[in-house]
Amino acid sequence: MAKFVINGEAQEVDVDPSTPLLWVIREKLGMTGTKFGCGMAQCGACTIQIDGAAVRSCVMPVAAAEGRDITTIEGLAPDEETLHPLQAAWIEHQVPQCGYCQSGQLMSAAALLAENPNPSDEDIDRAMDGNICRCGMYGRIKAAIKTAANNNAKPLFHNALRKQEVNHG
Amino acid sequence: MGKWTRRAFLTAGVVAGGGLVVGVSLRPGNVAHDIAGTIEGEGETLVHAYVKIDADNVVTAMVPHSEMGQGAQTALAQMLAEELDADWNLVRFEEAPAIKEYGSYTAGRGYLFKGINFPDVVVPSVDGFMMKVAEGLQMQITGGSMSIRVTGQYGMRVAGAATREMLVNAAADAWGVPAAQISTENSRLYHKASNKEATYAEFAEAAASMTPSYTPKLKDASEFKIIGESKPRHDIPAKVNGTAMFAMDVKRPGMVYATVQRSPVFGGRVVSVDDKAARAIDGVIEVIQLPQASRSGMVGNFSTSGSVAVVADSYYTAQQGLKALKIEWGGEGNESVSSESIFEQFDRDITAGVDRQSDMSEGDVEMVFASAAKNLVADYTVPYLAHTCMEPLNATVEIKDGKADVWVGCQNPLGFRHAVADATGIDVEMVTLHNQLMGGGFGRKAISDCTIQAAQIAKAVGKPVQLVWSREEDVRQDFYRPAVQSRFRAALNDAGELLAWQNTYVDKHEPIEAPLIPYAVSSKDIGHVSSPTHVPFGAWRSVDHSQHGFFTESFIDEVAVAAGKDAYEYRAALLKDKPRHLAVLKKVADESNWQQPLGEGRGRGISLQESFGSIVAQVVEVTVTDGEVAVDRVVAAIDAGQAVSPDGVKAQIESGIVYGLTAALYGEITIEQGAVVQSNFHDYQAVRMSETPVIETHVINSGEDIGGAGEPGTPGIAPALTNAIYDATGTRVRGLPLNRFDLDFRIEETEAVG
Ligand code: FES
Ligand code: FES
Repeated sequence: MAKFVINGEAQEVDVDPSTPLLWVIREKLGMTGTKFGCGMAQCGACTIQIDGAAVRSCVMPVAAAEGRDITTIEGLAPDEETLHPLQAAWIEHQVPQCGYCQSGQLMSAAALLAENPNPSDEDIDRAMDGNICRCGMYGRIKAAIKTAANNNAKPLFHNALRKQEVNHG
Repeated sequence: MGKWTRRAFLTAGVVAGGGLVVGVSLRPGNVAHDIAGTIEGEGETLVHAYVKIDADNVVTAMVPHSEMGQGAQTALAQMLAEELDADWNLVRFEEAPAIKEYGSYTAGRGYLFKGINFPDVVVPSVDGFMMKVAEGLQMQITGGSMSIRVTGQYGMRVAGAATREMLVNAAADAWGVPAAQISTENSRLYHKASNKEATYAEFAEAAASMTPSYTPKLKDASEFKIIGESKPRHDIPAKVNGTAMFAMDVKRPGMVYATVQRSPVFGGRVVSVDDKAARAIDGVIEVIQLPQASRSGMVGNFSTSGSVAVVADSYYTAQQGLKALKIEWGGEGNESVSSESIFEQFDRDITAGVDRQSDMSEGDVEMVFASAAKNLVADYTVPYLAHTCMEPLNATVEIKDGKADVWVGCQNPLGFRHAVADATGIDVEMVTLHNQLMGGGFGRKAISDCTIQAAQIAKAVGKPVQLVWSREEDVRQDFYRPAVQSRFRAALNDAGELLAWQNTYVDKHEPIEAPLIPYAVSSKDIGHVSSPTHVPFGAWRSVDHSQHGFFTESFIDEVAVAAGKDAYEYRAALLKDKPRHLAVLKKVADESNWQQPLGEGRGRGISLQESFGSIVAQVVEVTVTDGEVAVDRVVAAIDAGQAVSPDGVKAQIESGIVYGLTAALYGEITIEQGAVVQSNFHDYQAVRMSETPVIETHVINSGEDIGGAGEPGTPGIAPALTNAIYDATGTRVRGLPLNRFDLDFRIEETEAVG
């Protein structure tokens, strides 16, 4: 039995304590925004935050999360109606292509900005180098992080774009 | 391993070309009637197979291509909306379901008549015929950079214009006025003289009863309002908050998880499996040996060896189970093959030149070589490459009551549906394919091997199954970008003019024009020899252009150096008759300040490549310090005829460049003892943010036929990069990847003979 807080909610799961957090989050808790890409801390697709720090959930046993505070992509926005400044910047710069790496990218970027609201190019490179984007959108990711950093001082804005729906039957 | 080829299809097309005059099938009536039941939602009218209009005047475009990140679905909707005169704010789109009415018949037509404008009167018959061919081949493919240039041009625009005409005719009937007096704008119809006006929705039903024209009047590019605009992609908001659904995110009631291992030696077999330890793991449900699988068809042709799957109550447990298996594999005679032996074989076969097939031949090259002032020779090689889509292969299959449901993200939904039907013995009409977003495709997701395995497992365990490949399996069981060796010879006169170009390489695939060069050379001889290996191969972003782009654009650089000329000016001089190519080349030279010298240890390289109907030039700037290469900047220009969404085109070029850069710097699949050595991102590396150059893309709208954007960015980066390294260091890199070379002391001059 492991207990932790995830996206503000207390959770208790009954799994083999060696199970990586990634699979607990995806399979047991049904939060599928966090992705599997390599399973060996090489690609960053599974990045979440634990107590505010970016962590690769594919190599972190659930036992190590005991009593800790987890945030996933589903908990990045402050509420239903509001985007995190990074999410807004991601839309503004049309960052995602396939989108598969983007939850991880956003969680790494959010951990960076929380600690360093005004990162230099080198700071951004260092924080983001663990996140592969096979679609190669690094230039846009970097630009979006800078936009979000500049906007950070401003209030979060309403998410009108979220209403656009796409049906992928 | 069967031959992956589109040429079989082209051949069929040639026969069809002759067959145009005889009884090819027309498609009478409105196909929308047959499928309305499947497609229409609450309050919607399917006016045309590609267009739904609802009571709120919202137009939904049915897009017959899958989304792997290229933004094609948004661009296709733009093309339809343009011709329909739709209000873009009221346009939505849906991916068309995997049913035969949406098979790529327009795509087939694009292959058949690439770049040829044929008389409009044959359009319906060609469409009808292609539809039949497409059905037969079970195609609904996304690849070959053809979504926009073929489906968009011949499908979506025609559908939009035809629907507009139907709406106009319906309004003309109701209002009792000539159709010619009715105008359309922003999803509304107007008859100015009588002050009448209506929404499209009001006439949707009446229009739906009409037969769409196959030859509606299309707009001239000067009239475009939506095409050419960078519209925000509709799929992006869901990709920033974790709600975008990929196939692996599907969960079915009672679903179990599986993972699999196939014979590491391609073509090998399972000799024995000891599964005692695996079955003892708590949560392991089943260990299953899967039969080998194969498919044939235009795309996705393959044959694979047997595999062993472990089914468990969680993916982690399935992985643990797989690790606990003791499997004895039989290599079937391929256990001694290595990359070394493969390249030795290539070299031997090129030298022997047995059954050399000519791609193109002009003039008498041998005579020119015999009398030229200077002859150059060089051999180039590139290794096998895996695709490593960000999302490892996976598929979810549920078989119940004689029906199968499949959730997968794939480049060929209709083909996959047939593959599952064949693998399970379930009638294809009972197989439903729910295509999901793809976490990258790059050609890999046109092949249904993993989905077939999932179907085999689901059938065996009688429960819904989600099969997820480990990254290791994904790297080791790919259909690889083929390794190639290519031998060049060039003849120059005293003035450095290029007199002859000869090239022999191993194994020809697609597109057939990949090894050709745009430069004016009076004597040319380009050909290939066959040198098959046991390594499975498939389409990899830009297909054969990825190898030949590197080869030809490097060797022309060697020729320029041997001529003592500037690499840009030398190319430009050979492009006098190719104004489009020249304009693109000039654009990158200007934008990169080509003539301005760079400092010590720095260099610039240039490349030009036409592929998939688009022309791309690139200039790369590098800094080489102690043998370490930093790629500082890439300036790219693309002429894709007309960019439907300029920002979308730029994003695709950026993406294609980084994909090609990964291959140039790191990409290498090595074969040892018949199997792949690499396994995951630690030994099959991808470029990361800190290594990514600044990329500036310039889009040229020449007004020529629309070309692709997803692939044409990839081929030119490697040669521009290695040409830049030559400029900086004097070292000519004739093999990739770059991390194999020690640039500190490996200085090679072009070999001059004679
Ligand atoms: S899946 Fe965790 S880092 Fe790749
Ligand atoms: S957007 Fe596709 S991998 Fe990053």
